[in-house]
Amino acid sequence: MNLAIFILFGLLCLGGALNLLLQRHPINSALSLIVVMSSLSVLYLLLGAEFLAVAQIIVYSGAIMVLFVFVIMLLNAGEEERTHGSRAAYLAGVPGVLALFTVLASTFFTLRTSFGNARLGAFVATTSDLSRVLFRNLLLPFEVTSILILVAILGAVVLARKEH
Amino acid sequence: MAVPMVCYLVLSAALFSIGIFAFLIKRNIITIFMSIELMLNGVNLAFVAFANHWHQVSGQIFVFFVMVVAAAEAAVGLAIIISLFRSRNTLNVDQINLMKL
Repeated sequence: MNLAIFILFGLLCLGGALNLLLQRHPINSALSLIVVMSSLSVLYLLLGAEFLAVAQIIVYSGAIMVLFVFVIMLLNAGEEERTHGSRAAYLAGVPGVLALFTVLASTFFTLRTSFGNARLGAFVATTSDLSRVLFRNLLLPFEVTSILILVAILGAVVLARKEH
Repeated sequence: MAVPMVCYLVLSAALFSIGIFAFLIKRNIITIFMSIELMLNGVNLAFVAFANHWHQVSGQIFVFFVMVVAAAEAAVGLAIIISLFRSRNTLNVDQINLMKL
């Protein structure tokens, strides 16, 4: 059951990522990115991260992707055109990315016995576990992120404002 | 039936690689920005997988902070894209090659 859910949503995740790559229109890429993020939240649930699964849906598939779709529609972005820049990126990108993926995947495969298996329910971090660490040990970084968000809001308003 | 941990890690490596590839070959600046989000998501999956493996909450805290920073980055980045589009009237990165206009 666990394996079946992993295969289903893992394939959905990979398919969405490949679709983001293959689609020419940005709105199609944005919608396939929503598929990737939503299926990742199911994988987080399988790994026992229940708070992150919900936060992934709310923050990523909700807030961030709505912002993306909003900007795509606001700027009326059409299909992207092929230019000489993309050919150079193909020549450098395909071997580089293949090499990176091969190195990562082979490293993980050689260490696969020490990683073991992820059983369902073997480790469940509840929201109270998470908040206990976040609000006791990591209170200062948490407060600093609120300043970061505040600066980001101000920056977004200043940058997107119409100039007179 | 248990899922081998290596499957999660290979999936996260695949997502990261696809993100890099999309970052390189895409010519629309919004799609390039979306592929950065894809890379962040691939790394987040690896963090959660390792948190499960070591039975530590710290990995999930990391993911929480990555989400916060990604939200801030998306807000500022999209604002930059809007102001860029106002001054250039294009979203193609090959035509955005001057610091000042």
